[in-house]
Amino acid sequence: MIAIIDYGCGNIRSVANALERLDCQHVLTGDAALIRSCDKVILPGVGNDAEALQNLRLKGLDRVIKELRKPVLGICVGMQIMCRDSEEVAAGSPERTVQGLGIFDSHVRRFPTCADAKVPHMGWNCIGNLNLGKCRLFEGLDSLKYGRYMYFVHSYYPTLCQDTIATCRHGDILFSAALKYENFYGTQFHPEKSGEAGERLLKNFIEL
Amino acid sequence: MVAKRIIPCLDIRDGQVVKGVNFVGIKEVGDAVEMARKYCRDGADELVFLDITATFEGRKTFASLVEKIALNIDIPFTVGGGISSLDDAARLLDSGADKISINSSAIARPALIDEIASRYGSQFVVVAIDALNCSIVTTHGGRKQTDKELFSWAKEAQERGAGEILFTSMDHDGTKAGYACEATAALCGSLRIPVIASGGAGNAGHIVEVLTKGRADAALAASIFHYGEVNISELKKELAGAGIPVRI
Repeated sequence: MIAIIDYGCGNIRSVANALERLDCQHVLTGDAALIRSCDKVILPGVGNDAEALQNLRLKGLDRVIKELRKPVLGICVGMQIMCRDSEEVAAGSPERTVQGLGIFDSHVRRFPTCADAKVPHMGWNCIGNLNLGKCRLFEGLDSLKYGRYMYFVHSYYPTLCQDTIATCRHGDILFSAALKYENFYGTQFHPEKSGEAGERLLKNFIEL
Repeated sequence: MVAKRIIPCLDIRDGQVVKGVNFVGIKEVGDAVEMARKYCRDGADELVFLDITATFEGRKTFASLVEKIALNIDIPFTVGGGISSLDDAARLLDSGADKISINSSAIARPALIDEIASRYGSQFVVVAIDALNCSIVTTHGGRKQTDKELFSWAKEAQERGAGEILFTSMDHDGTKAGYACEATAALCGSLRIPVIASGGAGNAGHIVEVLTKGRADAALAASIFHYGEVNISELKKELAGAGIPVRI
């Protein structure tokens, strides 16, 4: 059973739909006990990092997540809030950054605006350096037709760090497309929206 | 480098895909979910579903169709048609849509863009603009002219939080004689956000042209895909051959 953490943050339905297509049992929940009892946990997220963090903290789920010792996959904002800090502060906040869960050793920064690299970074882009973490998440991708292309939608990116297991380039910026620290995984892209390649990655996560 | 996107557009009436020429003379062409799945297999990068139903009953049919689409396809999709409030947008998000496209409702009340973007993020908001002579913004499929001008309205939409502009040249739409490349290039040059070019695709060469000379981030087309005149996987090969970054 996979827990998809429901913390009032954006489109979690598409992750549930992807697991449905894989015939994988799952539950949408914000209940700490239920989250702890599942085999694996997915932390999705769309929207603003600071608001997502606040929602998580209000439900006391920030600590629950940090203490999990089973495979956890953060997707997009779900991954960004697992980083050290983020420049995506709440609207009107005087702070320059907001503190994250500090699981990944990465900082979330805003893409600079430039003519040939539009922001948001939206669409299909190649992921590379998949051998960095020798991670099973990427097994079999190269045998697929569009195996290296993943779907991205974001204006903030996680910097490269020792936890980087895949990279992606947007304009001049090379950033972490995926991160791993112990039992925690994160993807900046949306595997649930990345066609067959994304489906394979989710299947690999389910089978970890 | 982010790939240029190929986006089939499906006009939906009562759950069926239809395609009109110049938005009149509508013909039915097929089942939406079946067609969506086929386009995914062929390598479409995104899909757009526009609800052209006018009735309340038809709208309910559309919302349940969106749920079915979300369950069956694994690439991003945009839905549009009849979205005039934050509640309408929320309902479609809950049904599984990745983005919504707004057009006349944004012209009637531009603050709608701000409201949806600040609640759900810019990535969720596509502002569709139908223009005549590549300048006069129109609504109701080109039949009603507004006092807005293409470039200034696109810029305003961007400032208000739109994540993308879907630009349709009404003079080119349905002609199959090629996209409005010059205007598209000018629009792309004046905006920070991606531009999807629409209207006029008649063959693969037109798509190559709008993604190079026209500088578009994505090309949208309907009938050439629906009637099998252009196959998406063949098209992708041609685009790659022309040096255009595509998902292939």
